[in-house]
Amino acid sequence: MKELVVISGKGGTGKTSITAAFASLAQNSLLCDSDVDAADLHLLLCPQVREQHDFIGGSKAEIDQQRCTGCGICVERCQFSAISKDFVVDPLECEGCGVCRAFCPDDAITFTPRTCGAWFISDTRFGPMVHARLGIGEENSGKLVSVIRKAARELAEDRGYRLTVTDGPPGIGCPVIAAITGATAVLIVVEPTLSGLHDMERVADLAAHFRIPAMVCINKYDLNRDMTAVIEAQSSRRDLLSVGRIPFDSSFTRAMVEAQTIHEYSPGSDLSKIVESIWHNIMTAECMNKPERHVLPTIR
Amino acid sequence: MIISVASGKGGTGKTTVSTNLAASLDRELRLLDCDVEEPNVHLFIKPEHQHSSVQTTFVPVIDASRCTGCGECAALCEFNALAVIGKKVLVFPELCHSCLGCQMICPEAAISDGKRELGTIETGTWRHILFSYGRLRVGEAMSPPLISRVQALIQPQELVIVDAPPGTSCPAIAAMKHSDFVLLVTEPTPFGLHDLKLTVEAVRQLGKPCGLVINRADIGNHDVYRYAERESLPILMEIPFQRSIAELYSKGRLLVEESEEWRRSYAQLFDKISAICAAEEVTP
Repeated sequence: MKELVVISGKGGTGKTSITAAFASLAQNSLLCDSDVDAADLHLLLCPQVREQHDFIGGSKAEIDQQRCTGCGICVERCQFSAISKDFVVDPLECEGCGVCRAFCPDDAITFTPRTCGAWFISDTRFGPMVHARLGIGEENSGKLVSVIRKAARELAEDRGYRLTVTDGPPGIGCPVIAAITGATAVLIVVEPTLSGLHDMERVADLAAHFRIPAMVCINKYDLNRDMTAVIEAQSSRRDLLSVGRIPFDSSFTRAMVEAQTIHEYSPGSDLSKIVESIWHNIMTAECMNKPERHVLPTIR
Repeated sequence: MIISVASGKGGTGKTTVSTNLAASLDRELRLLDCDVEEPNVHLFIKPEHQHSSVQTTFVPVIDASRCTGCGECAALCEFNALAVIGKKVLVFPELCHSCLGCQMICPEAAISDGKRELGTIETGTWRHILFSYGRLRVGEAMSPPLISRVQALIQPQELVIVDAPPGTSCPAIAAMKHSDFVLLVTEPTPFGLHDLKLTVEAVRQLGKPCGLVINRADIGNHDVYRYAERESLPILMEIPFQRSIAELYSKGRLLVEESEEWRRSYAQLFDKISAICAAEEVTP
């Protein structure tokens, strides 16, 4: 099974609209939205949820005021200043390390795993989709991303899908690392701005760090043609395959308002053809057509 | 007064708003870029006299001559950063959250302080702005510790503008939790509105007053305006979609440097925020 992850470093460059367009072009494939923090792909693909699962994240400490003698050991030991002077744990500050519980002489601290979100297996008009919803302000987004990628992999193997197209999160931190490790390749969607270039370089460094082949597509390229040229030069210097340029076109926004992909909103348009050629370039790229690696199971 | 500029969805214009707001004011202030995964403010506010400090965090180092392989450290560690294989303890430093529990629990005092680099904090000045930003090391998974280090630069009674990371999970919360006011930047599209609702929920959990800036105000549809009205969220500024604005941004230039009218608009935005905070009894 191959897995293409669409990332960008910078948010708002068009990852989700492009992933949705790919969903309507891909054959025998499965979709995954790994932007669990601010998931949007479902707004275009309107999934019918078939299975719902709780996501059990990390634990948080709670102090039983009946048992607490106020010795202060927990406050002293907590490295995250999460426990107040009157021995109440601030759940936003609690890192879930369990040090307070381990050292509480009165056994007054409970530490139970919590439900911090949910993940779903759904059907869409383009095939099955695995997606998730992290609770507001929750941690462990990387862990949830790992959970849904594993579920997507299992589903693909079960049902004989050959490809997973994953909408990735922005940034370069834990959810992105969890979304790209072990993927066949990533597509970096860049906008031709100074910020776009800067953020592309960081996310390309990240892909290189994890030895994942990366391709580049420039969205809204005509907003700054000079910057587009700079980005393409940088891409070739870094051995990133440029798979195409998409012009600025308000059809993407209008399609979004209609909850449609670009191919549903304007079939046969120049824009749709450009996206098709980019998809073709990706699917015929060398990095997407190497013999599959046998990935060893991760040690937990 | 601490104002954080946030959004659920990325790319709605947080950096545009935080940089132009900071540049439009004629008083000293501190500007912090807490989007440490992808910091961009320095592309617009190019600071002078910049200095860089490497930020590290604790990770355990096992003294093999003292370690008996009892496994207490691995049993305590919630993050699987330590594992006992036979009588030997293996450390996975990238999984460590620096709680020091292993060091505290070790009966042989066999764990000493090691370091993992989180990234750097860059500091400099630009006109009236004291500017700092965090830059997460590529490959480092945890951004909240570095965000907290950047926030620790805040001095009492300062005027501070914080550019927050996108999303509603721990990095965004870490950047917003010390602020007196959260300025939410959105765009009037289904994605923008969906992610705005999540962020408003997060801001309300934190108990912070907030207001909206609607960027690219003439694209998409009107749902965000209906939502704002229903939720009594004040719309403090609207920025139309104009190719000229997008082009300036693409070159790393500030709108308020090119247009006196926009400078006034941003100054008014600040006055509106100050008024809301005054009503909430926060001293500007």
